Amino acid sequence: MLLIHCPYCNEERPELEFRHAGEAHIARPTNITAISDEEFTQFFFLRDNPKGIAFERWRHMHGCGRFFNAVRDTVTDKFVTTYEAGQPRPDLPAGGENEKGAGK
Amino acid sequence: MAKATMAAATGPLDGQVAGSALVSIKPMEPASRLAIRARPDAIASLSKVLGVKLPQAPKTSAQSTAAKSRQRVALWLGPDEWLVIDDGNADLMGICAKAKGLYSAVDVSHRNTSVLVSGKGAEATISAGCPQNLSLDVFPVGACARTLLGKTEVVLYRVEEDVFRVECWRSFSTYVFAFLAEAGQSPMI
Amino acid sequence: MSGANRIAGAGRLTPAKKVRFSFDGEIYTALEGDTLASALLANGVHLMGRSFKYHRPRGVLGAGAEEPNALMGIERDASRQQPNVRATVQEVFEGMTAVSQNRWPSLAFDVGSVNNLLSPIFAAGFYYKTFMWPKIAWEKLYEPIIRGAAGLGVAPASADTDHYSSRYLHADVLIVGGGVSGLSAALAAAKTGASVILCDEQAQMGGALSYESGVSVDGVSGFDWASNAAAQLAALDNVRVLTRTTAFGYYAQNFVGLVERVTDHLADPRADMPRERLWQVRARQVILATGSIERHMVFANNDRPGIMLSSAARIYLNQYGVAVGTKVGVYTANDSAYETAFDLKRAGVSVEAIVDCRDNPGEGLLSTAADLGIQVLTGHSVVDTKGARRVSSMIVERNGGGARQTFAVDALIMSAGWTPSVHLYSQSRGKVVWDDGTQRFLPGECPQDCASVGACNGTDALQASIDEAIAAGVQAAVDCGKKPASTVITGEGAGDWTGGMAGSAAGAGADTTVKAFVDFQNDVTAKDIRLAVREGMHSIEHVKRFTTNGMASDQGKTSNIHGLAIAAEALNREIPQVGLTTFRAPYTPVTFGSIVNHGRGGLFDPARKTPFHDWEERHGAVFEDVGQWKRAWYYPRVGEDMHAAVNRECRTVRESAGLFDASTLGKIEVVGPDAAQFLDLMYTNGWSKLKPGRCKYGIMLREDGFIYDDGVVARIAEDRFHVTTTTGGAPRVLHHMEDYLQTEFPHLNVWLTSSSEQWAVIAVQGPKAREIIAPLVEGIDLSSEAMPHMSAREGRICGVPTRLFRVSFTGEAGYEINVPANYGPAVWDAVWAQAEPLGACVYGTETMHVLRAEKGFIIVGQDTDGTVTPHDAGLGWAIAKSKPDYVGIRGLMRPDLMADGRKQLIGLKTKDPNTVLEEGAQIVADPNQPVPMTMLGHVTSSYWSQNCGRSIAMALLVDGRAKMGQTFYVPMPDHTIEVEVSSTVFFDEKGERVNG
Ligand SMILES: [Zn+2]
Repeated sequence: MLLIHCPYCNEERPELEFRHAGEAHIARPTNITAISDEEFTQFFFLRDNPKGIAFERWRHMHGCGRFFNAVRDTVTDKFVTTYEAGQPRPDLPAGGENEKGAGK
Repeated sequence: MAKATMAAATGPLDGQVAGSALVSIKPMEPASRLAIRARPDAIASLSKVLGVKLPQAPKTSAQSTAAKSRQRVALWLGPDEWLVIDDGNADLMGICAKAKGLYSAVDVSHRNTSVLVSGKGAEATISAGCPQNLSLDVFPVGACARTLLGKTEVVLYRVEEDVFRVECWRSFSTYVFAFLAEAGQSPMI
Repeated sequence: MSGANRIAGAGRLTPAKKVRFSFDGEIYTALEGDTLASALLANGVHLMGRSFKYHRPRGVLGAGAEEPNALMGIERDASRQQPNVRATVQEVFEGMTAVSQNRWPSLAFDVGSVNNLLSPIFAAGFYYKTFMWPKIAWEKLYEPIIRGAAGLGVAPASADTDHYSSRYLHADVLIVGGGVSGLSAALAAAKTGASVILCDEQAQMGGALSYESGVSVDGVSGFDWASNAAAQLAALDNVRVLTRTTAFGYYAQNFVGLVERVTDHLADPRADMPRERLWQVRARQVILATGSIERHMVFANNDRPGIMLSSAARIYLNQYGVAVGTKVGVYTANDSAYETAFDLKRAGVSVEAIVDCRDNPGEGLLSTAADLGIQVLTGHSVVDTKGARRVSSMIVERNGGGARQTFAVDALIMSAGWTPSVHLYSQSRGKVVWDDGTQRFLPGECPQDCASVGACNGTDALQASIDEAIAAGVQAAVDCGKKPASTVITGEGAGDWTGGMAGSAAGAGADTTVKAFVDFQNDVTAKDIRLAVREGMHSIEHVKRFTTNGMASDQGKTSNIHGLAIAAEALNREIPQVGLTTFRAPYTPVTFGSIVNHGRGGLFDPARKTPFHDWEERHGAVFEDVGQWKRAWYYPRVGEDMHAAVNRECRTVRESAGLFDASTLGKIEVVGPDAAQFLDLMYTNGWSKLKPGRCKYGIMLREDGFIYDDGVVARIAEDRFHVTTTTGGAPRVLHHMEDYLQTEFPHLNVWLTSSSEQWAVIAVQGPKAREIIAPLVEGIDLSSEAMPHMSAREGRICGVPTRLFRVSFTGEAGYEINVPANYGPAVWDAVWAQAEPLGACVYGTETMHVLRAEKGFIIVGQDTDGTVTPHDAGLGWAIAKSKPDYVGIRGLMRPDLMADGRKQLIGLKTKDPNTVLEEGAQIVADPNQPVPMTMLGHVTSSYWSQNCGRSIAMALLVDGRAKMGQTFYVPMPDHTIEVEVSSTVFFDEKGERVNG
């Protein structure tokens, strides 16, 4: 069971309290009725599913209830960082993630 | 049917007791409860009318010190969310209505029910099903959190070193009580 | 005497403390503290099981967790039976019953051992090759035989009456292994004040100190030091010492699973004690002090009972006081076996010869052997053994050939060296590194906050292990923010062992056909591994799966390195080039009981009950599960079956009235000045114009345009809505709404609170509904003019506050009484007291389903399946035309959702009114079309309607609304049903009754 740092509770909490909520930084178009079918497909159906660094949404479902964003390495399963919903993608340290001490 | 007679209240755990030499597990008396959500501008006003300061730090609670509301506690559940419990069954909705600012107050007195787990084995009993670190340095007296107990969500509030209040939704209370009763048979302190 | 082979004065058990147990029906005497294995050996029993594939007789190989052979069934009583228990781990208790496995009809004479004679066809990969043809033989011949013969042990037939417990535990430092290294690390870490957990799988701390007779630590014997240290640690507030506790899995972020065997060693455990306790530990730092495991020698017929690891023989002697034989042979490639031989000899056991395949054993060993009068044959190997159910002789040959000598022995102990236990390190995702000098895999860099110390880290010398462990203990504490404190421990007297080999020994090489076992539990020989390589398995992962080497429940603790070395030799590569397979959790088998722990019986899943549940139960309700909820399904009266009860309930509701428990409906209180604006975005309908005191049916879509949920929403005040959801949809609808509110529309001043369980809900439906509730209600004008259909009022009922809704899911005039849940039972009693004299009934979910179907009201998830739009469902009217946005608005504009030919919800009437269609049945236009037929749709809801006097059904049918009155067919396995397309409204088509 992973520990996940909730940016609202400002504490690492057990994974059981959280729920994954898909890819992050996909904003619902404000002019949604005006977008083309291709744009809708891109917005709603297509996801990146990268190997390595992924931007994800999580919710501290059985905790503070907040949705937040996380950067996770899909190869090592480690959380690189988490941040509040609505915040931009963080700058990641060059040279990849720190091997020791996941989620810190 | 006489309208004047008020219908009696029935709690889901009425009459149940459990525990062992090390821990006592008891349903608590009915209480009034409010689920509060608020923008920052309303916090001061809400705190004032409720007579208890809505805590702003995660995992903390605040107890009322005023004589008329001593049985009242506000638990931080989220950055804009609190659970206010009044064991004196005060009309919290009525009290709250006087507050100013942007907020939501919903009466959840009957949605929740609570179990008091006390004794030397209280922490060990709850730790059978709660994945959080409940040691005193991480979850001190007064700490509170929405979390899990076994397969259900609960709100956990440490009233004293060896006393926890376990709040859960009404229909989950039989599970919660049974879980605590089983775990409390032989807690490993 | 508790067994003929018990040596007076040897071991640590108390001769006076006797216990009796049975093995395969024979009664034996053991001493308290014996394992089943030591007790049987004490009684001269070496034959303990049959092997898995060839059913060869087997004895005990080891004395601990690595044991591959001596697996037993342990019975406490009829319901408490555990198969595949290692006799080397199970402690004997008074009255214990043990049975051997894999034999029929008896352990001594086993019919299955014919497999041993047929072994040429059971060679590696035989499953893949032998049973290929003819295909028909699989079903009739091969599979029944394989299934009959396969499997280890017998699963108990009745439910387990033991209980199991779980515990989350957090600590600064977790130390796995209570040998000299683990104890030293624990003492050092504990001294800093860090919180420490020390666990060991044995009944006592000490590890190798329990048998290394020459060792002393801090001036006392090693074992006494260990016992004192364990006691000293256990007395500290900041230390938890767990014996009989196996760390079986090492997961991410220092999450380690431990299983503690609480009562398996007790004759009469207290009822409140769990059999096992699962500790789910989260430690800031982990120290692995898991030691090492001795390997056997791989030579011809090395599996006869009585042939065992030298360390095992030493444990049986020094811990249990048991001599494993009277004439013991020794075969070794390593110095440690000498120590066992010396201990045995000193205890009075005859050691026939030490056969060392090396020319030069470690320093001083030959002179000690000479002093003790033990013959040592260096540069020799054991090339064969004899003996039916126990070894009777070993045949020795000089390396490179020569005359064979036969030694009569009744036990043969062996050592090919030691394998560091890197299992947990490997599970932590650490990569092992091959150490060429010592020919072993060692932990590399730790990927987690973890250190390996002592033998599992390749640190062999006693003082070096202690110093390394102390340093790791202090460092772990410092990393947890503690101040360092110094600890000094001095150990001496341990042998500096050299030597060791991996792979097959002399006489079992590539040019031989002998059975030299590598993996005892899965009956894999050196020859099998070579065959695998010849057959083209060049990766160790393939070799492993082809031969099953290391795949048994012992996970190859003794066999992996040998198998790897043999494969490497056959491939003509170096061992590190061939690689090691990955270790997986669990380290040793874990019971399902401990994994499930509290989650069985009533705690398997929460059973949610409404406030009216007790009343319903008392009144004979039959319940159905709806998610976790127990809902009253129907209320049969005496003599009624379900059909009769539902017919009566359906008729009664429409003729008079019925009470229904609607408490499980999800409820969400939506509060704030932007509440209506938010609901405008969440639902297809428009909410801004809904006046306080009014209700509206709402449809919620996902962004793709498909129906997600539905329900009635009441506006309580300008800034407060009472939203209802489907019973099953409550949590996900709230999650869905929170998601949009928090992440897409955070600027809106509105908040969501689940109020599902705040309210107990009594639906009173039918022509007499108003008459029933009127006497109980205060402060609300119930007249249709004042409170028409789809209105909501706040007032009091039975003296308690209520939100009273005039709504209908039956098509009848009716109310839903919401009262604070604790008042529910009393209010229900009062309402029922009014209703019953008026001829009303209580009805369950089945009647609710029929009544709503008579009116064509959909149930989301039954009549919709995630691919149905409001238009498809005939609910286009519920989409507000003028709203600029709502969730799903763009999805509905997708070409496929606007195209012709979509399936639409329609009614179906069978031509024979008495035929009730099956839900899920397919609809076709031409019943004579050959299979596969063109399927045009399917039945979503189907019931007998007593009120209509016929069957009714709803279905999704391609272009259904354009097919009114047309005939279609529903093919069934043995007949075809003719149906006619109709409106979905079967009863009160004008919808007048709701206003009654
Ligand atoms: Zn949180």
